[in-house]
Amino acid sequence: MTDLSQTPASGDTPMPKKQGQSLLELSDRTKRRNAAETRFKAYGIGAIAIGLLMLLVLVTTIFSKGIGAFQQTFVTLQVELLESKLDKTGNRDIDDIKKVTTFGYAPIIRGAVETKVNALGIDTPLKAKDMAGILSKDAAATLREYVVSHPDQIGETVEFRFLAQSRVDGYLKGRVSRDSIANDKNISAAQLDLVDALIEADVVEKTFNMAFILGSDASDARPEAAGMGVSMLGSLFMMLVVLALALPIGVAASIYLEEFAPQNWLTDIIEVNISNLAAVPSIVFGILGLAVFINYMHLPSSAPLVGGLVLTLMTLPTIIISTRASLKAVPPSIRDAALGVGASRMQSVFHHVLPLAAPGILTGTIIGLAQALGETAPLLLIGMVGFIASNAPDSIASGLLSPNSAMPAQIYEWAKRADPAFYERAWGGIIILLVFLITMNTLAVILRRRFERRW
Amino acid sequence: MNDMTVVDNTVETQSTKIAAQNVNVYYGESHAIKDVNVEIEDKTVTAFIGPSGCGKSTFLRCLNRMNDTIDICRVTGDILLDGEDIYDKRVDPVQLRAQVGMVFQKPNPFPKSIYDNVAYGPRIHGLARNKAELDEIVEKSLRRGAIWDEVKDRLQSPGTGLSGGQQQRLCIARAVATEPEVLLMDEPCSALDPIATAQVEELIDELRENYSVVIVTHSMQQAARVSQKTAFFHLGNLVEFGPTGQIFTNPEDPRTESYITGRIG
Repeated sequence: MTDLSQTPASGDTPMPKKQGQSLLELSDRTKRRNAAETRFKAYGIGAIAIGLLMLLVLVTTIFSKGIGAFQQTFVTLQVELLESKLDKTGNRDIDDIKKVTTFGYAPIIRGAVETKVNALGIDTPLKAKDMAGILSKDAAATLREYVVSHPDQIGETVEFRFLAQSRVDGYLKGRVSRDSIANDKNISAAQLDLVDALIEADVVEKTFNMAFILGSDASDARPEAAGMGVSMLGSLFMMLVVLALALPIGVAASIYLEEFAPQNWLTDIIEVNISNLAAVPSIVFGILGLAVFINYMHLPSSAPLVGGLVLTLMTLPTIIISTRASLKAVPPSIRDAALGVGASRMQSVFHHVLPLAAPGILTGTIIGLAQALGETAPLLLIGMVGFIASNAPDSIASGLLSPNSAMPAQIYEWAKRADPAFYERAWGGIIILLVFLITMNTLAVILRRRFERRW
Repeated sequence: MNDMTVVDNTVETQSTKIAAQNVNVYYGESHAIKDVNVEIEDKTVTAFIGPSGCGKSTFLRCLNRMNDTIDICRVTGDILLDGEDIYDKRVDPVQLRAQVGMVFQKPNPFPKSIYDNVAYGPRIHGLARNKAELDEIVEKSLRRGAIWDEVKDRLQSPGTGLSGGQQQRLCIARAVATEPEVLLMDEPCSALDPIATAQVEELIDELRENYSVVIVTHSMQQAARVSQKTAFFHLGNLVEFGPTGQIFTNPEDPRTESYITGRIG
């Protein structure tokens, strides 16, 4: 009989007693360490939660305040283009037609409003002039523009969608109420009654406003007509200058510093200075641009070319630092391999190192561009703010050299103005700017994912 | 008696390919290679052995001037390749490296296709006039690298997708594609498993027919297996240089003996 298959009875051969503490119960020290770890995790989660909350607040604020700018109130009217007012000679000579200023169009608009109101049978104590007051001051200009470009339509009746003035727009968006207009000389309660009646008749309605995205800035009296389009073009031209200058200069400088330059005190100083330049406040670059490009080199002020040059100075350190980092990340064994088969240094860099570093360089460049796109301070100093009502430039050269604004400067400009309608447009402008920035950053991420190669 | 002499002569008639005379290498202040004299023969495998940091890799990298890429490195003395001083001012290291190929410790194929990996050297040196010639060079090199059969059906797939041993043989094929006369190998098997190591060692033995091969290795067994001549480095000095059999069985210097018996290193 063997006992091998049987487990020894616990009484016969007792397990050796464990020395010190059992593993099954936690020591005080372990408890304290675990508690500290739990606390730290809680701090981390708290920090992230606060960050997310802030982001949420930011995004909701921006959208709730800015989304209104993308909608605008329009008044649809049938306008009879009276020949007696617009073309007295009757021979459709464009020069004669152009002689009629927007003041000449005012009576026609007044007449159109009055006709409409009467046709709908709306009872209002207002005179025709006050009825037309619900329209934007831009309406006459819209009409004149149409007539000048379509002289053959004179004498006909044409349907137009005129912008409503900003108070009416505000009334439809809930910004203006009968209480708030008590001391407002721009609009009266009777006019709001008229607007209510016209809304009933579908003459006044709020729709999407493409002109806010594509149009130009407008004067203080016509916030409803202001748009981002021209400043978007200004930003585009600046970005072209930045891309054309900062990318080649930055990449060439980084390749030289990283791959060719000897390691000595001079390159050390250059390296430190580049890092420091990245931290220089942008307004310093602005005043530098003012002094060098405008005062000394006499380039035109307010021009996207100058803005682009200033932003190039600002973006260069960002591009150089990110390019050098991505060149550094290419393993030295690749360089060895290329040199080992007899490639020159330049061949090893351009055939092997640069393609591997390209995703990093692209990402850095796009991030740098995005940074430049949102930069405002240097533009204030070189005069890229202010009222630019001109439309699209006719060539790249004129786009670069004629005065323009930029998106962030335009937003700043609107935020400064008194009318709450401009305030809304400032938020709307921020939405457009953010859309651009998010697009660029997404592009950077996609490019990095797409071209990332493992070695 | 006479027969013996003849046999001895066939071993000894290998001409000297590389002659190093009084070579010193300095890294800044530190003296890495001290007055090394060595003659590396053609169509022979020469192994450099020695403990870590003894300077064997440094010396190897002098032979194709890879040390030029290190700013603080300074080389004195003469290294003659077929009687020409490779450190002469007129020598362009790029031309030298086409003649003295190198295989590195870690397999380092370019992140490109297998074909492009091998074709890169011939392309930059203009060794092929057209696509057909280039194809021929690539095939010949891959055959020499003993990897043709494994990759001939997937020449366009990335070289980095191969196994470690295959990658290293690809690197050898890449190195021989430029028709070098000397092949330097810096611990070519240290990142490989025993099977891949055996394949590469077999390949090294085949390469001896066409090239002068210099191999740095940590493994004394490997040196004994693949080389005809062995040089033992210690603390920057070339302690002993001679036929491999003699170094391992009957070393002259007590330091060599200590190393191969495992007492130092």
